[in-house]
Amino acid sequence: MSSIDYTQELSVVEGRPPLRSIDDIISKPLDTKPDKKFYIALAITLTMLTIGGLGLAASFYWGTGLWGNNNPVGWGFPIVNFVFWIGIGHAGTLISAILFLFRQKWRTGIARFAEGMTIFAVITAMIFPIIHTGRPWLAAVYLLPYPNQHSLWVNFTSPLLWDVFAVSTYFTVSFVFWYIGLIPDLATLRDRTTSKIKKIIYSITSLGWRHSNRHWQNYELTYLILAGFATPLVLSVHTIVSFDFAVAILPGWHTTIFPPYFVAGAVFSGFAMVQNVLIFIRKIFNYEHIITKDTLEKMNKVILLTGMMVGYAYSMEFFIAWYSGVQPEVFAFMNRAFGDYAWAYWIMFTCNVFIPQLFWFKKIRRSIPIMFVIAVFVNVVMWFERFVITVTSLSRDYLPSSWAYFKPTLTDASLLTGSFGLFFTLVLLFTKSLPVISIAEVKAVVDGSQPTHEDH
Amino acid sequence: MSEKIYSYTALFDTPNDIIHAAKVVSEKGYTKFDVNTPYPVHGMDGAMKLPTSKLGFVTLFAGLGGAALALLTMGWMMGIDYPIVIGGKPYFPLPAFIPITFEITVLLATLVTVASLLFFFFKLPNNKHPLHDTNYMKNVSSDKYGISIEAKDPKFNIEEIKSLFESLHASVIEPVYYDEEELNFKPKIADPKFLGFLAAVAIFVSLSVYLHMNKVLYMVPFSWMDEQEKTIAQESSDFFDNGSGMLTPVEGTVARGFIPYAFKNKPEKAGKLLVNPLLPTKENLELGKNKFNIYCSPCHGYLAEGDSRLKGSFPNPPSLHSQKVRNWSDGRIYHVIVEGQNVMPSYSYQLSIEERWAVINYIRVLQRSLNAKETDL
Repeated sequence: MSSIDYTQELSVVEGRPPLRSIDDIISKPLDTKPDKKFYIALAITLTMLTIGGLGLAASFYWGTGLWGNNNPVGWGFPIVNFVFWIGIGHAGTLISAILFLFRQKWRTGIARFAEGMTIFAVITAMIFPIIHTGRPWLAAVYLLPYPNQHSLWVNFTSPLLWDVFAVSTYFTVSFVFWYIGLIPDLATLRDRTTSKIKKIIYSITSLGWRHSNRHWQNYELTYLILAGFATPLVLSVHTIVSFDFAVAILPGWHTTIFPPYFVAGAVFSGFAMVQNVLIFIRKIFNYEHIITKDTLEKMNKVILLTGMMVGYAYSMEFFIAWYSGVQPEVFAFMNRAFGDYAWAYWIMFTCNVFIPQLFWFKKIRRSIPIMFVIAVFVNVVMWFERFVITVTSLSRDYLPSSWAYFKPTLTDASLLTGSFGLFFTLVLLFTKSLPVISIAEVKAVVDGSQPTHEDH
Repeated sequence: MSEKIYSYTALFDTPNDIIHAAKVVSEKGYTKFDVNTPYPVHGMDGAMKLPTSKLGFVTLFAGLGGAALALLTMGWMMGIDYPIVIGGKPYFPLPAFIPITFEITVLLATLVTVASLLFFFFKLPNNKHPLHDTNYMKNVSSDKYGISIEAKDPKFNIEEIKSLFESLHASVIEPVYYDEEELNFKPKIADPKFLGFLAAVAIFVSLSVYLHMNKVLYMVPFSWMDEQEKTIAQESSDFFDNGSGMLTPVEGTVARGFIPYAFKNKPEKAGKLLVNPLLPTKENLELGKNKFNIYCSPCHGYLAEGDSRLKGSFPNPPSLHSQKVRNWSDGRIYHVIVEGQNVMPSYSYQLSIEERWAVINYIRVLQRSLNAKETDL
């Protein structure tokens, strides 16, 4: 029998640190000069970003013919990358909004960082559909309904247009949510900084927040409302992304399982990415007592759960293909498992379904090197999942004469590299410019920070 | 530092103390007081006797407004302003509108809630508040819990408040004063700096949109799609022997449905032999009216009276109500449509055979309307 006392809530912050020390430790990266390691990391990510920038410039100058996209496989890498990065973003909203609604206090240590990752991932993701329009400098003209001399409007019944609205709304709402959470922390930084320039910046960005309880009351309500909106929003975004596929009549895409399957996959890969990055952050900035091992273990449990949901979806797709008796559907799935792309399919299946099963063991769930490696696998392979879905179905459409094998080019690879470069550059700059942990929220969950109401 | 007092403040070390202090202060009947804490302290709203927040209503109406706006806009654009049948669905396909309606609802509800929270409920941004840059603010934003009773409170009395705070075991008790700048500060929208900033933004945005749409898009490489290595009609080309990019049909080729006109240069014969195959039914007259208004009315006028809308550019044609034209047979008018007359060119490319006869039927209706017989009345 374990001796845990379930009447007492477990503390999410270890060791009851004094409140001022929380200010000190969270604002330390902002007050100190970056060290050599930071510059090395930044140099690597900026190099990756430059590679992507060159690929992008070449694609603008010579056109999208530089990509591997061919006639049946018109979507190729850009859409694979788009779905991958949007998925990464979903973990942030899940942690900040859904876990907030469920009153999961362990989220406080990681919410700010995960929200930041959401915003950076969505920025990265948005690049791809826009450059996939071919002439991105005209993208606003294609995508937005505006009164024009042709008196034409965009097609509001198209899932691709739903995407435009879903992703831009998602970005805006995530950003607002993030900023609202930052205001009290910026006010705290304003009051403790000694630098004049920083004081001006924090004064402007904190809008003159006074920590007044008359404000806190409305603030907490707003936070709850935003969390309540962000929760269905995050589900809707990946649902709509999955509609891009599911509304098309292509075998292997046209299935009703896609929305929940995509959402589970998004949370799966997103948690893996957040876990990967947090392992570094807590080590580098000494946040081990705030982002505790318990928190990481809980994240691993979410990875295990969503991994099994994804595995269920993989199996169910096969079952339905067989059970429906639709010949093209059966063919599409046999082709996925045993056709030209079988290598990608089996990498995806093993790494996504079997490897996360190791998280059933508590020792593995709590061992940082092992969980890191598992999450890296999940990340890489969730990218493959989107590749398998997009490419296998497109390369074998209804007309056998147009079948073709998709081969990515160097430009494709450079754009993918560049997307990682952009994402990690933004993450690195974030760690040095804003508090990566919510100061006010962490203070509120430290043991002894809430009144005991003993006079009741 | 002026001597005008803004409030009297006390700092406490634990959350239990501040809850107790807030309760006592509100029970003593103070109303203009505030509690400042580094994070929201549970139970403080009750201790301060704050009314429930009204913010939820803002969200509700903004959300409903967003949903209505999205549905009506999409319905108007796709069903009324430019109706197109897409995938055989109705002009108002509600299921297909749901995703965007949802997104706009969330977007508007969020933005309006946050904007009204910050600018209306909190009256932020406000960096000129007297509490800023005080020792009190520096403590409550980190690890202390403060309570501040404003001088505006009707029960404000320095001695009483001081002894009250002392009896509550406050760790620090101090007054907060206005400084000159804060006393004279009045937020104003018509600040020339702010207006100048707005004007600069407006000019910048207009200029960059203008440059983007009118200059950048016509620069290399953005203009490369305009210059394509294909031959368009009327262009010369080395590919064919005749040096033209466009080929002429093989001799003797007849277009589908082409019937050669048998009465070339023989108006009298045409008038005698050609017979109108169309009956003046409602459909035929509708067709004739439509085509007449498009092709004939610019010169002949909507009522065929010769009141040209192109007066000055072209000579006026005679009225079609003249005795001469009224006496012409349908075939004779048909000949004019096919061959033209004086400055009038041939309309055989614009009007199909059926349409020509329909136009003639309509002309007859117009003629009859100005020269009605007694039996028509």
